[in-house]
Amino acid sequence: MRWKWTIPAIYIIFILVPIYWLVNMSLKTNAEILSVFSLWPQDLTFANYMVIFTDPSWYSGYINSMIYVSINVVISVCFALPAAYAFSRYTFVGDKHLFFWLLTNRMAPPAVFALPFFQLYSSIGLFDTHIAVALAHCLFNLPLAVWILEGFMSGIPKEIDETAFVDGYSWPRFFVKIFIPNIASGIGVTAFFCFMFSWVELLLARTLTAVNAKPISAIMTRTVSASGLDWGVLSAAGVLTIVPGALVIWFVRNHIAKGFALGRV
Amino acid sequence: MIEKQVNQKAWFMVLPVFLLVAFSAIIPLMTVVNYAFQDTFGSNQFYWVGLDWFKEIIHSERFHDAFFRQVAFSAIILTIEIPLGVAIALAMPKKGWGVPVCLISMALPLLIPWNVVGTIWQIFARVDIGLLGHTLTQLGINYNYTQDPVAAWITIIVMDVWHWTSLVVLLSYAGLSSIPDVYYQAAKIDGASKISIFRYIQLPKMQRVLLIAVLLRFMDSFMIYTEPFVITGGGPGNSTTFMSIDLVKMAIGQFDLGPAAAMSLLYFLVILLLSWVFYTVMSNIGEESSNGGV
Repeated sequence: MRWKWTIPAIYIIFILVPIYWLVNMSLKTNAEILSVFSLWPQDLTFANYMVIFTDPSWYSGYINSMIYVSINVVISVCFALPAAYAFSRYTFVGDKHLFFWLLTNRMAPPAVFALPFFQLYSSIGLFDTHIAVALAHCLFNLPLAVWILEGFMSGIPKEIDETAFVDGYSWPRFFVKIFIPNIASGIGVTAFFCFMFSWVELLLARTLTAVNAKPISAIMTRTVSASGLDWGVLSAAGVLTIVPGALVIWFVRNHIAKGFALGRV
Repeated sequence: MIEKQVNQKAWFMVLPVFLLVAFSAIIPLMTVVNYAFQDTFGSNQFYWVGLDWFKEIIHSERFHDAFFRQVAFSAIILTIEIPLGVAIALAMPKKGWGVPVCLISMALPLLIPWNVVGTIWQIFARVDIGLLGHTLTQLGINYNYTQDPVAAWITIIVMDVWHWTSLVVLLSYAGLSSIPDVYYQAAKIDGASKISIFRYIQLPKMQRVLLIAVLLRFMDSFMIYTEPFVITGGGPGNSTTFMSIDLVKMAIGQFDLGPAAAMSLLYFLVILLLSWVFYTVMSNIGEESSNGGV
């Protein structure tokens, strides 16, 4: 099996080549993109990036995306923690049905919800706010967070709870002081997944925003259709949307392997 | 397994999640149901039409086509990505510097916004400026995804493999890395072949995570919207108009809210039904393996 490493190696090259091509495009001028075909920039330019960093209608998109993704991650994790504890420790009327119902929302196609969401959030005056997008993304992130955390919590022996209660801990104090540190990596993984699905989603985020909370990915689509095809700036914007994801992966790299199994190995 | 205690007060812990999800799920769903059974001539005047919209959708050729394209797409995606993901996970290094390199570069496509994934592949596959399109044309292959339905399908499938196989790889890898070395040593002493190690040690350990992978991949491929929308916009013709794309066209493009709502409900029901089947199978297998002690 000496040649075994070639399989992942080929796969990684397959992943990286299209990304390289995007970076390559972002460092070229439009004239060069359309006239010369070259594997690397002949006339290296950072002008495309400067366009994005100096124009508020571009860079505010990144800030908007960051804001609603952060709100969503905080809401999802905080609400899911007690719920996941309940599912992992107790049985109660309708628990199985409730759990499955929550999961069904992860299966709901965003296309089905786009228009009703627009009407709902317009009618309560939240249209074009960060909180609207964050709440809409809770539809699929909250069930996912409960599901992942439940997996991690079920791996913690029940004796830990019982010992703490015998020692006179109240439930909230036990939960914050003892239980949460025990599932810290699970919380990290949950936050990672919520970040991931909120960051990559476009359809709902675009439907629920107009100007003030418009995400970067929606600004990209608008620019493509409006100004002809500015391939250089489009590529530069694309490269910049990859950066936050890459940073997050770097921080959780040691937990990825276990985390992707959602605590269920 | 943890012995669970009966405690009805646990509902209070679940209540915030229940209310929040209900707000985001039930109210919009009621709107959809509202449209699905009524007709409107504008100005908020609604007329009860019963199941008419459902009959119209079920008998419409357009729905059949989009539905079969969608089923074919999900089937192709699952048959390619699941075996490929497992194979890559099996070949990955288990320790050393290769591990973080593999994990980080493989996780990368998962965190790229979906429309950027579409943009990347558009730039990569275009005949005039893309590396892939340009190279194929130079090699004398007639490849143009904006005109040729077959090329469009291949482009979208390759793109999805690029985008999502990593999820299967990482899940399978997580399953594999939970197998203690003792198992392999025992297998070696018994002189087990590679195939029987895979069949009797690795596959059972991966079973649960693989079912998560199948479930997630099925749901997401069945709901795919953004990536094909960016690359082909559903074309050429209607050849890559999947269910979500068709639905958005109908609801927002043509504003046919009645049929669109009826289609939404059917679409959602199909996903629910199939996911329920996967979920049941998953929990049964999960129980078997935890009782069977593999």
